[in-house]
Amino acid sequence: MDIKTYIESGILELYVAGALSDLENREVYNAMLKHPEILHEVLNIEAAVVKLTAQVSPSTSKQIYASIKKALGLTDEDTKVMSLNTPSKNTNWLSYTGWAAAVFLAVGLLWTLNKNASLNTKVSTITTDKEFLEIQIEDVHSDLADTKKLLNVVRDENLINITLDGQAVYPEAYAKVYWDKSEATVYLDLEGLPKPPKGKVYQIWSLTLNPLSPTSLGTIDDFNDNTNKIFELQNNNASQAFGITLEPAGGSKTPTMEQLYTLGVVSDT
Amino acid sequence: MQLELLISKFQQKDEKAFEALYNMYSESMHGVIYNIVRDRNIAEEVMQDVFIKAWHKSESYDATKGRFFTWILNISRNAAIDKTRSKHFKNNSKNLDAEYFVDILPSQDDLNDSTDAIGVAKFVSLLKQKCIEVLELLYFKGYTQKEAAETLEIPIGTVKTRNRNCINELRQIVLN
Repeated sequence: MDIKTYIESGILELYVAGALSDLENREVYNAMLKHPEILHEVLNIEAAVVKLTAQVSPSTSKQIYASIKKALGLTDEDTKVMSLNTPSKNTNWLSYTGWAAAVFLAVGLLWTLNKNASLNTKVSTITTDKEFLEIQIEDVHSDLADTKKLLNVVRDENLINITLDGQAVYPEAYAKVYWDKSEATVYLDLEGLPKPPKGKVYQIWSLTLNPLSPTSLGTIDDFNDNTNKIFELQNNNASQAFGITLEPAGGSKTPTMEQLYTLGVVSDT
Repeated sequence: MQLELLISKFQQKDEKAFEALYNMYSESMHGVIYNIVRDRNIAEEVMQDVFIKAWHKSESYDATKGRFFTWILNISRNAAIDKTRSKHFKNNSKNLDAEYFVDILPSQDDLNDSTDAIGVAKFVSLLKQKCIEVLELLYFKGYTQKEAAETLEIPIGTVKTRNRNCINELRQIVLN
């Protein structure tokens, strides 16, 4: 582009007047960016037109800009600076009140945080208590179910009821056997037996009398843990008597007769 | 560059930039508006509205589409023309028959400090009638090149070259 010819064409004067099309305006804009001489020319044209038009203006009121600012809601910075340099009592009050409010807020916030933490601890304690109580209730429920079952066992008229009396080794001992033949089950009430010494367990025997032959029904391994001392064992034998001996843990193949605690015969009814 | 910075700050609603632009262009805009409405107080009123409008619409100015001066010049011309069309204005108007800006140049008595040392009379005497006409139409009235050509009954290319020569003359007078 021949810059001189471009400038001489008069397009820049029309550009400042706003008499060009959008396309031409963009063209001039791009030319200005590329060539500083063109921008310089435009600035000179503009300055001349500003002066020409300003010449036509009769004097204007100095108040106009103030009223424009007022209309736009713009603050007067000079007034602001004044008020900062001469702080009034009101400003101090405002500042003190502000600080006081901030301190109150901080204290209040700390108190709230503290309160929140302690309440959280309480909640977790209460949750634990609740869980514990729930477990207890469950235990009671299962105990109740056990008891009901026992009661049914005791009341069942098909049960054979055998009392086992204490023998020489421990005469005060006694036990009860409830035998449900149809279910092939015996329920043992061992409330009358002493706690077995450490390393020893009670072993339950089914006996036939003629000839005397014992069959082990099993050992009572959880004697101490069972609170109501009722135990359930399988019994498929045609038992004529039941005996309980104290044996080493794990049980024995044959009863140790010296340690026979209780013995009872099934009555022929 | 400085002017571009001012304008971009103005578009970001910087009040100082706005005031600087006001100081640069308010008198010029007042002249353009006054030339159309021919009433000093109404011209002030319209100019005030123009700058308020410019502030509110600052983001609509796009440098790629033209000069900031041209933008606000357009707003001013349109606002002034709108004013002359209002009913209230028509009933009270006077002095609208004066044809060119030179006819309403303030008399020596009206001149205040802001007026340049260059005398108004110098303008009138130095600018040829041909120039007064073309400057009037293109800058004060916002005519397009084509409209000016039709009004002046000259070829469209002549408007361009005549205007170029007249602006050169003007620059000789006002910018030394």
